Parts: sequence; C-alpha cells; structure tokens
Amino acid sequence: MLLKPQSEGVRSLSSNSETATPVVDAKRDQVLAAVRDLLGEALVDSHFKPGDDIWIRVRNDAWQASIKKLRDALSFDYFCFLSVIDWMPSPYGRGEDDPTEPAPERDTVIRSGYAGGETRMQVFVRVVNSTTHVGLNIKADVVDSALVIDSLITVYAGANWHEREAHEMFGIDFAGHPDLRKMYLPIDFEGFPMRKDFPLLARMVKPWPGIVDVEPLPGDDEVDESSEGGAS
Amino acid sequence: MTPLLAEIPYWGQSVLRVLGGLVAVLLPAGTIVYVFLFKMMSFMQSRLGPMEAGPYGSMQLFAEVGKWLQKEDIVPERADVRIFKMAPVIVLLSTFLLVVVVPFGPDAWFTDLETGVFYALAVSSVSVLGILIAGWSSANKYSLLGGLRAAGQLIAYELPMVLAVMGVVIQAGTMNMQKIVVAQNSGSMFGISAIGHPYVISQFVGFVIFMIAIQAELTQAPFDMPIAESELVSGYMTEYSGFRFLIFFIGEFATAGVFAMIASVLFLGGWGVPFSWFGWTSIDDISNWMNVVGPLIMFTKMMLVVFIIMWIRFSYPRLREDQLQRFAWKGLIPVALANIMVTSILKVVF
Amino acid sequence: MLGDRQQLSYIAAQAADARLNLELETEGMTLNIGPQHPATHGTLRIIARLDGEQVVWAEPACGYMHRGYEKLAEVRTFPQVTSLINRIDWLGSFANEVPFILAAEKLMGVEAPTRAQYIRTILFELSRIANVSLFLGDLGVQLGAITPVFIAFRDREYVLNLIESATGGRFHPNFDRIGGLKDDLPAGWIDETRAVMKKLRGFCDQIEDLLFGNEIFQARTRGIGVIPRDVALQYGLSGANLRASGVDWDLRRDQSLPMMWDKADWKVWTHPDGDSFARCWIRLQETRESTKIVDQLLGSIPAGPVMAKVPKIIKVPEGEAWVSTENPLGEMGYYVVSRGDLGPFRVKIRSASFNNISITPWLLRGVYVPDIVTILASLYFILGDIDR
Repeated sequence: MLLKPQSEGVRSLSSNSETATPVVDAKRDQVLAAVRDLLGEALVDSHFKPGDDIWIRVRNDAWQASIKKLRDALSFDYFCFLSVIDWMPSPYGRGEDDPTEPAPERDTVIRSGYAGGETRMQVFVRVVNSTTHVGLNIKADVVDSALVIDSLITVYAGANWHEREAHEMFGIDFAGHPDLRKMYLPIDFEGFPMRKDFPLLARMVKPWPGIVDVEPLPGDDEVDESSEGGAS
Repeated sequence: MTPLLAEIPYWGQSVLRVLGGLVAVLLPAGTIVYVFLFKMMSFMQSRLGPMEAGPYGSMQLFAEVGKWLQKEDIVPERADVRIFKMAPVIVLLSTFLLVVVVPFGPDAWFTDLETGVFYALAVSSVSVLGILIAGWSSANKYSLLGGLRAAGQLIAYELPMVLAVMGVVIQAGTMNMQKIVVAQNSGSMFGISAIGHPYVISQFVGFVIFMIAIQAELTQAPFDMPIAESELVSGYMTEYSGFRFLIFFIGEFATAGVFAMIASVLFLGGWGVPFSWFGWTSIDDISNWMNVVGPLIMFTKMMLVVFIIMWIRFSYPRLREDQLQRFAWKGLIPVALANIMVTSILKVVF
Repeated sequence: MLGDRQQLSYIAAQAADARLNLELETEGMTLNIGPQHPATHGTLRIIARLDGEQVVWAEPACGYMHRGYEKLAEVRTFPQVTSLINRIDWLGSFANEVPFILAAEKLMGVEAPTRAQYIRTILFELSRIANVSLFLGDLGVQLGAITPVFIAFRDREYVLNLIESATGGRFHPNFDRIGGLKDDLPAGWIDETRAVMKKLRGFCDQIEDLLFGNEIFQARTRGIGVIPRDVALQYGLSGANLRASGVDWDLRRDQSLPMMWDKADWKVWTHPDGDSFARCWIRLQETRESTKIVDQLLGSIPAGPVMAKVPKIIKVPEGEAWVSTENPLGEMGYYVVSRGDLGPFRVKIRSASFNNISITPWLLRGVYVPDIVTILASLYFILGDIDR
C-alpha cells in the first residue's frame, strides 16, 4: 500500500533561506547525530540540508574504516555509487573560445562544495539505508601529491566497477583493489579524461559552431551579451 | 507394377523414379516453406509476411532460391575444406534415402522393402553425421557448440522414435510400409469399418512420442538448442552461406516433410482411405485412379502433420540442453517402453 | 645418422604429436559472446571460459559504447544537457531527463506548476511502459519463443505514438525544461491515452498467458540466477532486480519529489525468490500498475500553466544536489554540482544498468551457456545505460 515518508511534512525544495518556514527534518537529524557519535574524530565536516540530504567528510586514512562502521552499526547497506569530483575550474571554459582571439581570463580558485574540502580532488560515495531509506553522501580529500585512497571493495562488493571507472577517469589509486583495469577506455589510452585540465578533444579539434551564431532571437529583450546562442 | 508401366524399359523406370524422388522431396519442402514459414508464422505473429514477390508473395520462394544460388562461395580460412563442403550434402542425402521407402499409392512406390520401417529409422540417423561434421569443420566455437549439442540431442531422441514405432509394428505385424498402410485401411475399429483402423487412435501414446521425437530430430523448437538463434547465432550452420546454406535450408524442411509422410504412413493410414468406402478388400482390388489420388491424399496428411510441428515450433521457447536430455532419457523412453509392453500384451490377448 | 629429410620428418612427427596432446587436453574454451551478438542488447561483450557447457568464469567487458557524457555535460548549458541525457537509456526516453531537471530545479528553488508535474509523471510512466513492454517481448526471443516479440512491438507502437504526439519525438522527446515542460498536451490526448492503456492491459494479459504460463519458460527461468538480498544491496542493484530479491523499496513511494505518484493508488510488487522468473514477473506486474497509475492521473490533471517563471538565460546557483528516480531500468540519479554558471560544474550520472551488470561476474559462475542468456535477459540492461 501507499506509504508517505514520515518526516518530510512539506515537500519543499531546499537551499533558499528566504522560504517561509524552516523545514524540520527529525529523521535526518537523528541520523546525523548518530553518525557523529559513531565516527568521532574521523568526521571532519558535515553539511545538512533539512528535507534534502546529508553530506559528511571523513579523513582520508579513515575512509574504509568509517564506511565499514557505517555499514555495520547504522545499516547503511545499499551501495549507490562512488565517484570523484575535480574542484579545479576548467582552464578551457566550456570549449567555446574563439581560436582567433586570446584566451579570456578565467577563475582559477579551487573552491569545494558542501562539507568543505582542502584538496583539488575529492572522492565521494553515496550509501543508503535500505529500511529507513535515508541516504548519506560521504566525501574524502585526496592530496595531489599522493592520489591514493583505500578501496571499498571489502566493504561493498559493488564498489569494484565504480573504483575501476574512477581510477581510469581521474587517476586515483585505490589501495587494496585487486584489479584496477581500464573499463571504458582503450588499453593504451594515456591521460585521465575526466580531469579538468584534460581538454574535451572534440572542442579542441574543431571550434564550437555556436561562436559564430550571434543573432539574437526575434523579440528578445534580455539578451545576455556575455554568452551567445546559449540557452534553449 | 501395372501393365502400363511394365512396358517401359528398366532405365526408363529408373529415370521416372529419380524424377519422382526429386518431386517427392522438393515439392513438399517448397510448399511447407511457403505455407507455414512465410504465411502461417507471419499470421500467428500478426504480420503479413512476404507480399512483394508475386501475388501474395507466392514467388518469394523462387526469389530466395535465386538469391542464395548467386552468392559467393565462402569457406572459412581455417575450416576443414573438404568436410566442410560435404556436410550439407550428407544431410540432404539422408532425406532422399528416407523418401525412397515411403509408399504413395498402391503401385506408386520407389521400393517395397520388407523391412521398410527398419530401413527408414536407420537411414534417418545419417543426418546426425552431417550436422556433427558441419559443426566440427567450421573452425568456429559457436558451430562447435551447436554441433556437439546436436549430436547429443539427435542421438538421445532416436530411441523414443524407434520405440514408438515398435508399437505400430507389433500391431500391424509387419515392417513393410505398404502392408502397414493396407492394414490400417482394411481394418476396423470398434466393429465400424468405415473409419478403418488408423493407428493414431489405438497407438495414441506412440503417436505423441513419435511427434515429440521428430520435433527433436528436426531440431525445431522447443528442441532447437543446436541452432539456438539467440545464443549461437546459427549453431552448426553459422559459417554456411549461399548455396550450401540453401542445401541445409531445403534439407530442414524436406526432412520435416518426409518425416511427416512417414508419420502419416505409420499412424494416419498413408495414401489410403478406408477400403470399405469403395468395397475393396485387399490391395489387388484397388482401382488404378488411386495411384493418382493416393499421392494427393498423402500430401494432405503430410501438411496436417507438418502444421502441428510448425505450430509448436512458433509457440514454445526452447528447452535447455540438460532439460532436453532429461526429458528424453527419463521421460520419453520409459513411456515408450511401457507402450510397447501394453501393446504386445493386448495384441496377444485380443 | 639420420639423413636430413628423415630428421625433418621425425621432428615434424614429434611436433604433430605435441600439438595433438595439447589439443586433447581439455582445458576450458574461451568464448567471446559479443560485442555483436543477437543476445546482448547492444555491444556488450562477455568473455566466458567454458568447461563443456558450464561456465567456469565470465566477465563482461563494457565500454564499446562509452560516449563520455559526464565530460560532455560539463561544456553544455543546463538546458542543453537534456538533449544529451535523453540518450542514456534510449528506450525509457522521457524518464532520463526527469531526475536531472529535478536536481536543477532543486538548486534553483523553482518548482514546476502542478499541471506540469502531472504531465511529467504521466509521461514518465508511459516511458516505463514502452521500455518494459519491449523487455517482455525480447524475453521470449532470448529464450527461443519468437512470437511474443511481435505482439510486444505492435502494442508498444501505441505508446510511442502517444509520446510522439505529445512531445514530438518517439525515442528522444527532449520535452522537459527547467521549471516545467516545453508545451502543453495536444487536444484529445487524454482520451487516446485512456484507450491505449486499456489495450496495454490486454497485452499484459496476453503475454502472461503466452509466455509466463508456459512450462518451458518456467523450467528455463525458475531457480536460475538467484541473487540473495544482501548481495543485491551490496552491488547496488535497483529496480525490479532488487524487488525480486525481496527488498521492499520503490523510489516513487519512498521519497518525496515534486512528482505526482502519491496522488494515485498503486502497489509495489516484490517477490521473495530472487531468481530470473521473479525479475521478469515483477516487471510484468509493474507494467500493469503503470497503466493504472496513468489512468488515475489522467482523471485529475488540473488546469494551469505548464511552465513556471524562470529567467530566459538560466543560471543555477552554487550548490550540490542529488535526485534519483525509479526509472524503468532501476534507480537512475544525477549528482549535479553547480558553480553559479550557465552550465553544470560536474554531473555524475548514476545509471541503473552499470550496477545491475556489475553483479554478472559473481552471478555467472557455474551456470550453463543458455543460462547466461536467460540471466542477462532477466537483469535487463541497456548498453547506453551501462556505458553512458
């Protein structure tokens, strides 16, 4: 039969604090408190959006141990996915640079997102409790000088393929993974494509056709001049 | 032989026999392909089938044959060439050997062997060899798998076929195909001579086992593991194209037709109608026009049997190899043996 | 002592002998199933090591269709990403766009008007029906029954026609927009959809009779490829695969999204067995439930606009959002990281088939070759979903 999830009374969207009533999310509050108790000082930072989701960041060397604790003690038994975020803004922008003109000034500051971060690369994983349906996003920093983190393959068997993909796309080594073969890329591919400093070759080989399309749409009032041909 | 044909010299009779054999094998094959494969299958799948070549697609068969004949003769590089080329011929050969013993009328037969049934069952196994060497010589792992599956399956289902036919032989008291036809048509059931004594009724269990066994011998679904399109692409036929594939294709449907003819001879009364309709009492009484009508009646009965075969083919998924073997060895053979026992007991008692 | 020629022939004989010994030693045979093969839904390659007909070891090698969507999404603006992600699960057309749009809307703080939410849910369920009815037909073909697939394609055409008349595209509608939908429904669509849903319920009954009731089908699928509950959770299986192992979890019911599933009365199907039959059977029942959901929602679409007020040039504020929905193949989610730009900073696409197929090395050990096909058919994957 049909069950409404218990805690979320208002089906509102998160983020803006200008919305009228602050959302109360008791279920996730309890979960976050339990996680804090469990992990102790392995937990470096957290971010909580009531009605939405929980983000936590753990220490790099406590990655495998903390997630194992979460699985065993708090029954986060469902492995959703594992991936990497590269927080460096792309030096190529969106690949729309006019090749005849000098490259524009771009923002190069590495800013991380929810639950903070001190490094360029962050590994993140999402695990869910299959009975209470509460999910948890867990991040960990990976320093540039030693792009290594423990493998989760002994905790969740499904992490196998996700770590293989993360390794070939970002170049992060997963210590303890028995078989870090390439998954999607050809065997002799060099480089790590998903990193921001690896350009999207299609845009390098041929300039993006949108550059030349500068006609405004008919009846357009608010054309933003800094982007051409963009939306819709 | 009738006085008419007795005047033709022996070589003339042989030529007639050869032509007759070709017609007896190829005509049913063509009809089966058109009626059942092109049209019946399409209608069952809520589509029309080939409609372009000729009215209602009737010329499609000639178009297909022409297409295959003009294709390039490809032999895989690592295949065992001589055996590769031999395999389709062996399969078709067994069909021609099989049709030799089927009677089409009181005097329209190719050979009248006293051990017709024995000969037919023996010769039908020759196609197994053809399939096996096709799978082995193709130098293709899929073909190999298909060939091995075929070997296991076809040998396993030989036994139920033989045992099912034993019941008919016991009941008729003879292995001669012509005499079996006469026994069915001149006999009577429950005292009513108007229906003759078709063995499909008194040997119903044998009939069912025989139909299942020939479904497996023809590698039709649900027993089409050797071909298994969704796994092995085409099984033992994968590397064959053009003319050789045409031989396999014709062989498949020709064998279906010939097995159906044998089934109608053994169980449905063959070329005849119950003799009491015309007041005949033995084979010498039969009028000469039966030699023309007999093949037509045989053709009709054959189409009926093939309809059942094809209907099951288009409806059922396929059994896995071990399930298939288990069904044959642990299911069909004990039932067939029991059938023989019951038949022999009843034959002696009554 | 031996002349040259004799010596050579002696060596040749020894070599032939050695070759024969090597050939007769029955090691496993390594078979490549795919990448071009009738059984795999696309270019999936399975490398199987066989011992006769039994699999000793099998491993899928995917990546023949990798298009680099995550990298491509980084160079597009938010509205342009929809045309890209349409093509991930190309059979469940509309359902691919929805989680991404919802994530972007979450970050912007925009909610689509109610009418748009209703139509989104209806189109979502229609794409589920289109996707799964092909699965039901294809299931027959994988097992050797060649007739159900024609019925499936014939009845699926009705659903595709509906989607086309509403959105303009049969397979890649590209209809969802941040803040609502591109257009309203055409006139007469609601009545036509009702008629089609009736036809589809008939189709489900027909397939149940033709295929699921068949003894051979049951013999081929019962007890094959059993996935226990905890293994399923560890590998992140989702959708019907998870529910077939007895886990009562449906993302339509168990999370609150601005979609209208809670406005309809429907049931979540689970099965305790975890074998191939359970997976197939659950998908059949879910198709029926989808038709019921569509029927109920059609009756209560409110009037109103289909697009909320959003600026012409969409800039999504900084933040991270995760939205996942119960797509036809399983749980599909997008983790969208935005930096306040025109386009996303990072999009992680969590596709259902990637996790679903990652279980095959574990699952395919010790099964027969025909069972490989049965198991893959019952797990149901789309190559675009695995490879993105």
